[in-house]
Amino acid sequence: MRVLGLETSCDETGVAVYDTAPGRGLLAHALHSQTALHLAYGGVVPELASRDHVERLVPLIRRTLDEAGLGVADLDGVAYTAGPGLVGALLVGAGLGRALAFALGKPAIGVHHMEGHLLAPLMEPDPPGPPFVALLVSGGHTMLLEVAAIGRYRLLGETLDDAAGEAFDKTAKLMGLPYPGGPAIARLAAGGRPDRFTFPRPMTDRPGLDFSFSGLKTQVLLAWQRHRDEPDAAADIARAFEEAATETLAIKCRRALAETGARTLVVAGGVGANRRLRERLASAARADGFRLAFPRPEFCTDNGAMIAFAGALRLAAGLADDAPLHVRARWPLESLPALPAG
Amino acid sequence: MHVLALDTTTEACSVALIVDATAEGRGGRLRERFEIAPRRHAELVLPMVGSVLAEAGLALRDVDAIAFGRGPGAFTGVRLAIAIAQGLALGADRPVVPVSTLATLAQGAVARRVAPGDRVLALIDARMGEVYAGAFAVDDEGLVRPLGDERVLPPGVVAAPDGPFVAVGSGWDAHRDVLLASWGRSPVADDGDALPRAGDLARLAARELAAGRAQDAARARPVYLRDKVALTVDEQVAARALGSG
Repeated sequence: MRVLGLETSCDETGVAVYDTAPGRGLLAHALHSQTALHLAYGGVVPELASRDHVERLVPLIRRTLDEAGLGVADLDGVAYTAGPGLVGALLVGAGLGRALAFALGKPAIGVHHMEGHLLAPLMEPDPPGPPFVALLVSGGHTMLLEVAAIGRYRLLGETLDDAAGEAFDKTAKLMGLPYPGGPAIARLAAGGRPDRFTFPRPMTDRPGLDFSFSGLKTQVLLAWQRHRDEPDAAADIARAFEEAATETLAIKCRRALAETGARTLVVAGGVGANRRLRERLASAARADGFRLAFPRPEFCTDNGAMIAFAGALRLAAGLADDAPLHVRARWPLESLPALPAG
Repeated sequence: MHVLALDTTTEACSVALIVDATAEGRGGRLRERFEIAPRRHAELVLPMVGSVLAEAGLALRDVDAIAFGRGPGAFTGVRLAIAIAQGLALGADRPVVPVSTLATLAQGAVARRVAPGDRVLALIDARMGEVYAGAFAVDDEGLVRPLGDERVLPPGVVAAPDGPFVAVGSGWDAHRDVLLASWGRSPVADDGDALPRAGDLARLAARELAAGRAQDAARARPVYLRDKVALTVDEQVAARALGSG
């Protein structure tokens, strides 16, 4: 089954075609990032994001189909991100995707953006299978999930305030680094000393799998205000922040694996591309003997491939979306229907 | 020619199918679905398309073009209209015809209350103390033609067309007193409750299609008129400095 996937939930326009036939997989994908567009505004402007999706989507669809050597008539279904995300932005991809499926007389499915992320590592060769624990960590989300089967998700813990990626972005902003801050912090941290500053590992001193990153950001602010004029302060603070954030994530991941008895950890979302986080989790995997799976770095951030893939799995299982077109700003992952067994 | 038309740019959601229209948007048989349904456009529009096509016994590929209300109007509704039109156009391999929401609104007035030679001023409430405004003449075929550029502006500076004219739309309804005071004269007729209808849009689109002005889906653009929607970081700093100064 060949499925077109459309992602427009925030500031990336993503398009891909995934084929569920054996030996096929991802046939083509294309992405337009709006980072440059939002740079002057210091963050994503929802209205501008929506306007840009409208201009990008049709050319990206044509390019992706050309690369896959397909025409629209060769598609067996259309998947689009239906939430969670910016409603105006979601409506662009959902409206176009649903209308395309209508015109082709093919099934359509609204995909949960976070399911797309957490299944993304399963597109790689030798994919891990359920049960596993998933860490979804991005600018908008930080959550740990137990995945008993595809479509059966239990929330183990989530952030009580800022997402981990948001903490990276805000830390970068207060130190005067350009948006988006995550990669900027990581680059700066690579040249910093790990032991000059020490920041707390929030909520690791008590049981539970929830996160909190807003206090960490405040600690960084205080250190920056006190030391900003000293040599190497920015790099050393960035390094200490990255150490604290990534160690906190790693501690909770190990705890989640111990609590669930799962032997596999899947990591997805933009912060999953952070090199220090990957190093820490890799050494934890060696020490504890669990399997660690990441998507390739380009599929850690928002992309159309993960939507085509998650949609293809659902459509192939007969779960087309016949309900009226609807997008959601909020959408609990646990409310998704599970895929039928087999 | 057969034209499918859809509009979701205001609180109304409508779809129309005109079959065997002439180049003047005349003749043929018009089928229309129209519902005032704020926030429900996304769920209504495709079932409306299916319903008019089924009633006419046509498939989507039988239409010559897919016309849509390209704005100005509610931003999200403007984008929904183009997204739906682009999806249909890609799937059926047909061109699209963008049509002004203000022209559609004015065309509705022609059908219902305009005398020969009258002009039409279409006004849509743009919120934030502004209106979207477009003035139109009516040609011999009974179709509206723009008298100038469409603009977004405060109601107090909207010019009245020369001669007798009809005023329609939510912008007229919301700012009637300010408009009348600035003009010093009244329209010969008015309708503050008028909303754009896909049937009127389809007639205007038939003329565009006959004139060779259909477009590839990738080239179609919405028209928002209000293009400054956020302040850059530099502008925010300047605004704060001004506010505290």
